[in-house]
Amino acid sequence: MTKDECKQVVLDIIADIAPDEDLSNVKPEVRLRDQLQLDSMDFLDIVMELRKRHSIEVPEADYQHLASLDSCAEYLTPKFIALAAKG
Amino acid sequence: MKPARIVITGVGLTAPNGNSLTEFRQNLLHGIAGIERMEIRYMGTQLAGVCHYDPLKYQKKKELRVGTRAGSISIYCAREALADSGVNFETLPKDRVGIYIGCTEHGNVETENEIYNISKFNYDTKFWSHYHNPRTVANNPAGETSLNLGITGPAYTIGAACAAGNMGLIHAAQMLRLGEVDYAICGGISESIHTFGIFAGFKSQNALAQHENPLKASRPFDKARNGIVISEGGCLYTLERLEDAQARGAKIYAEIAGYHVNSDASDYVLPNPTRQAECIRAAIARAGLKPSDIHIVNTHATATPLGDIQECEAIRAVFGEGCPDTYINNTKGYIGHCMGAAGALELAGNLPSFNDLTVHPSINVDDLDPACALPGLVLNQPRTVAKVDTILNNSFGMLGINSALIVKRFTA
Repeated sequence: MTKDECKQVVLDIIADIAPDEDLSNVKPEVRLRDQLQLDSMDFLDIVMELRKRHSIEVPEADYQHLASLDSCAEYLTPKFIALAAKG
Repeated sequence: MKPARIVITGVGLTAPNGNSLTEFRQNLLHGIAGIERMEIRYMGTQLAGVCHYDPLKYQKKKELRVGTRAGSISIYCAREALADSGVNFETLPKDRVGIYIGCTEHGNVETENEIYNISKFNYDTKFWSHYHNPRTVANNPAGETSLNLGITGPAYTIGAACAAGNMGLIHAAQMLRLGEVDYAICGGISESIHTFGIFAGFKSQNALAQHENPLKASRPFDKARNGIVISEGGCLYTLERLEDAQARGAKIYAEIAGYHVNSDASDYVLPNPTRQAECIRAAIARAGLKPSDIHIVNTHATATPLGDIQECEAIRAVFGEGCPDTYINNTKGYIGHCMGAAGALELAGNLPSFNDLTVHPSINVDDLDPACALPGLVLNQPRTVAKVDTILNNSFGMLGINSALIVKRFTA
């Protein structure tokens, strides 16, 4: 999985949990909370959907890495790659 | 000091056969029911009363995703009632508004959904939703309404089984009289059709209605009635002290005349006609009336074989043969049993009688059960009458909670 593909995975989840938001112009380097109406429960949704849809676990200490699309990609892409390698 | 006079100034509702008082009333006068087939988890196709209001009228998609159906119904009804009341909501002090919503139960829908959800993950509870608690707390429907409207006064639910709709109104009247709030949004709601448990429970109790024609399935007082049609719905009113309503030139639907609440203390599910009669008599006495002064009695009448007979026994005991101006109807033939919303909806369906002097009929009575043959029954066709100055609304619930509410034509 590439970082861009990883960003799309996160965007797909956000599209479901924040269905009123316009996601056509999300800036990858800007904190998601600074450009979208997302609260702490929504971030728990992102964690839950990563778990449900992709079997990716994000421990509470790592929630900070979900701040922006760029940081999500940095943090999650290796996890996706490791998961794929495990088969 | 005489207690403050309390008046109804707005109505917002959604029923299986209408999403406004006008539509609902028209369908009650024209015999149009709203029962349909619905797929229920684990149980297959069942008969149910489903509401078809537009949830996006007052909520964003995200609110609908995070919140509950009970919350959504409450918000729709509250917003409709507010608009109907004509109050200037912008200038209304939000800390002086109370939200009092009756519900039969709350939390079953979300709990069932979560258990079903984790069943897809080998019952691993790490997949249990973090929304479970805010969705299932008993105050959820009122809390979601306060969030949606920015109301900072007291907002909570009143659990009173199927007497809950009346209880919302009664409690609001009490709070207004105590001076706790200046404006109340109150009534009852139900999301019950979204839990399989209530269907399965009534089925195990042999109390779930069956009929090849959904529109004929709910048939209170008919000899062939065979149980309850479960429905969702909501009806919230705005209540105010008379002087406040008059000061802002509000239209007034009716005045709260009297009420009473008591308990059977005799059985989990079987109604007690002696206690029901006591409840009705006490409400009439509080209103300063006698039974013959009551012009419409809306019966609870769920269409269970025994429950209808028990209620008729209570009605007969109170009204007997000496009340020629008293007419009796019920509403569940049209909409099924809307549980916590039932009392509030059924009162609303009769309120326009103050203006049109027409009593809407009970429908689906093809063969009247002699045990339910009360004097003054209005069956299958609406009836125009000489006078409608008072309406008595009965709502009774499991564990033996009884409520009777009387409203009267407003006269200054």
